[in-house]
Amino acid sequence: MNESLPPNEDHSRAYVSGDKNFDLQVSGGLNFRLDQGFTFLVYFFAAVTVTILIVMTLVIFKEAQPAVLQFGLGFLWDQDWDTGNQLFGALPYIYGTLVSSAIAILLTVPVGISVALVTSEDFLPLPVRNTIAFVVELIAAIPSVIIGLWGIFVFIPVIQPLQKGISSLLQFIPLFNTQDPAGNNMLTAGIILSIMILPTMAAISRDVLMVVPRELRTASMALGGTRWETIFRVLLPAGFSGMVSAAMLALGRALGETMAVTMVIGNSTQISLSLLDPAYTIPAVIANEFAEAEPGLHIGALSYLGLVLFVLTLAVNIAAVLLVQWVGKKNS
Amino acid sequence: MNSGTDESFARELLDPLPPNRLLFSYLMNGLSFILSLLAFLPLGSILWEIISRGSSSLKLEMFYLPLIDNGFANAILGTLLMVSIATLLSVPVGVITGIFLAEFAKNSQINKLVRFLTSILTGVPSIVVGMFAYGVVVLTTKEFSALAGGFALSVIMLPVITLTTEEALKLVPVHQRLASAALGGTKLQTTFRIVVKSAIPGITTGVSLAIARAAGETAPLIFTALFSQNWSDGLISPTASLPVLIFNLYNSPDPKINQLVWTTSIILLSLVLFFSLLSRFLGRKSKLR
Repeated sequence: MNESLPPNEDHSRAYVSGDKNFDLQVSGGLNFRLDQGFTFLVYFFAAVTVTILIVMTLVIFKEAQPAVLQFGLGFLWDQDWDTGNQLFGALPYIYGTLVSSAIAILLTVPVGISVALVTSEDFLPLPVRNTIAFVVELIAAIPSVIIGLWGIFVFIPVIQPLQKGISSLLQFIPLFNTQDPAGNNMLTAGIILSIMILPTMAAISRDVLMVVPRELRTASMALGGTRWETIFRVLLPAGFSGMVSAAMLALGRALGETMAVTMVIGNSTQISLSLLDPAYTIPAVIANEFAEAEPGLHIGALSYLGLVLFVLTLAVNIAAVLLVQWVGKKNS
Repeated sequence: MNSGTDESFARELLDPLPPNRLLFSYLMNGLSFILSLLAFLPLGSILWEIISRGSSSLKLEMFYLPLIDNGFANAILGTLLMVSIATLLSVPVGVITGIFLAEFAKNSQINKLVRFLTSILTGVPSIVVGMFAYGVVVLTTKEFSALAGGFALSVIMLPVITLTTEEALKLVPVHQRLASAALGGTKLQTTFRIVVKSAIPGITTGVSLAIARAAGETAPLIFTALFSQNWSDGLISPTASLPVLIFNLYNSPDPKINQLVWTTSIILLSLVLFFSLLSRFLGRKSKLR
C-alpha cells in the first residue's frame, strides 16, 4: 500500500488537504482569537517582569541625579554627612555595610555548615533531622523588625557585659579599642545579621551536601576513612563551590538587610576601627532619613546611596547566580 | 598464603582507631553539635520573649481600636490592605510570567534570561524596592499612600510567585498537555484547564510564601505608606502597618507604648508564621500527590 504513494511527500498533509472535513488547523473563530490574545498577554507580562529591574535602576538613578551631578564619584570616599550644610559623603555607610556583613558571614559560615552537616549526615534519625532543618528555616520567616526588637531589649543586655569584658581585656588590639562599649555597635549588628542569614546558608549547604554522589562517600568509607575524614576530604571539597554560592547569597541578604541593623548598630557616622564602636549602614541611613528628607540634594544623596547598595548587592547576587548555574552545568 | 599476615590483618581491622583519629572524630562531633545548638538559641529566645512580654497586655479591644486609643486595629487593617493590593498586583503578573517560563519559553535562551533577571529581582534589597515605589507612586500621586506601600510589596512578591509557579508547572507531566492538544485544545485551554489546574497547590504554596515575606516587610513601607495614628482616609493617604508601628514606637519612653509594641509583635509574628506554615503544609501536600 505504501508503494502506491509517491515518494518524498508529506503523507499526512496530503491526506488532510484531500478531505476538507479533516482540516485540523484552527485559523479563525473565538477560540483562535482568545488564544492569540492569551499569547500576547503572556509575552506582555513576561516583558513587564523583566523590565521592572531596568525601570527600577532608571527611577532610582533619576532620584539620585542631583547628588550624582553635585558630588560625582567623590561621593564614594567623602566622609562628611551634614544635612544642614548640604554636604554628603558615603564612606561611613559603605564601610559600616561592608564590615557588618563581613562579620555576619564569618560567623554564619561555620554555624551554617555545621547545621547542614548535622541535618544531612546520619547522626540523628531522619524525622529529628528534618525537624532541625525546619526550625532553622523558620528563622527566615521572622520579620526583621521583630529580630531588631529582640536585639535591643533581649540580646544587647546579655551581650553588653561580655563586650565590656572583651574591651577591658583586649583594649590593646585596635579592633576592640573602645572605652566602656554601649552595646549598640558594629559587632552586635554583625551578630544579629549572622542570625538572620543563617537559614540561607544552612538550607543551601544542606541541599548541596545531599546531592554529593553516594559513590564518593562510600569510596572514602571503604578506604577506611572515618566520618569526619570523609566530610573534610571528600564531602566539603565536592560541595565547595555550592557552599561558596550559598555564602554569597547570604552575603547579598546581609548587605541589604535594613531594620534589625538600623535598630542595633548605634547609627554613628564616625568611622572607627573598633568593632565595639557604633557605626552606620547604607540601608539604615535610608530608613532613618528618607521619609523626612528635603527634596533636592538630601533625597538625591540618599538615592545615590541606594544606587550604591543596589550595585553592590547586584554584583554579589549575579556572581552567586552565575556560580550556581556553572555548578549545575558541571554536575549534569 | 601466610596465616600470620591474615591474623594481623584481622587484628588491624578489629583494632580501635588510633587515638588521634578517634579524638578528632569526637571533637568534631561535639563541635558540630554545639554550633548547631547555637543556631537554635535565637529562635527559641525570640519566640519566648515575645510571648512572655507581649501576651500579658493583650486585650480584645486592641483589635478594634486605632493606635491613638491604645489599640493596633488600624495597623492590622493597613497591613491586610497593603498585602491585598500587593497580592492583586503580583499574582496575575507572577503566575503568567511563570506560565511564560514553563509553557512558552521552555529550554530557550529567553527562558534563561527571564529566570536570571527574576532571581536577581529576588535579591534586590527591600529598601531599594521602597525607593523605587517612592519614585513611581509617591512622586506621581504627591502623597504617601497604601497604594504605594502595596506597590512596593508587590515588587517583592513578584519574583517569588514567578519562580514557584514555574516549578509547579514543570511538575505537570508532558503527556497531559499532549492529550489535551490531541483532543483539539488550544494553548489557552490546555494551559488553564489542564496544566494550571493541576498545579494549583504548588502555585498557592508560592503565593502564601510571598505573602509571608511581604507581610513582615518594614523597609519598603517606611517612606511609601508612611504611618498614621488613626484609621487611614483611603487608598491615597498615609496608612499604618504592623511592622512600621513596631519600628516607629520601639524607642518610646512610655512603658504603655512599649508594652503595645511587644503585643503588636505577637500579632505580626502569628500572621507571618501562619502564611509561612501554610505554604510549607501546601508544599508538602502538593509534593505527595
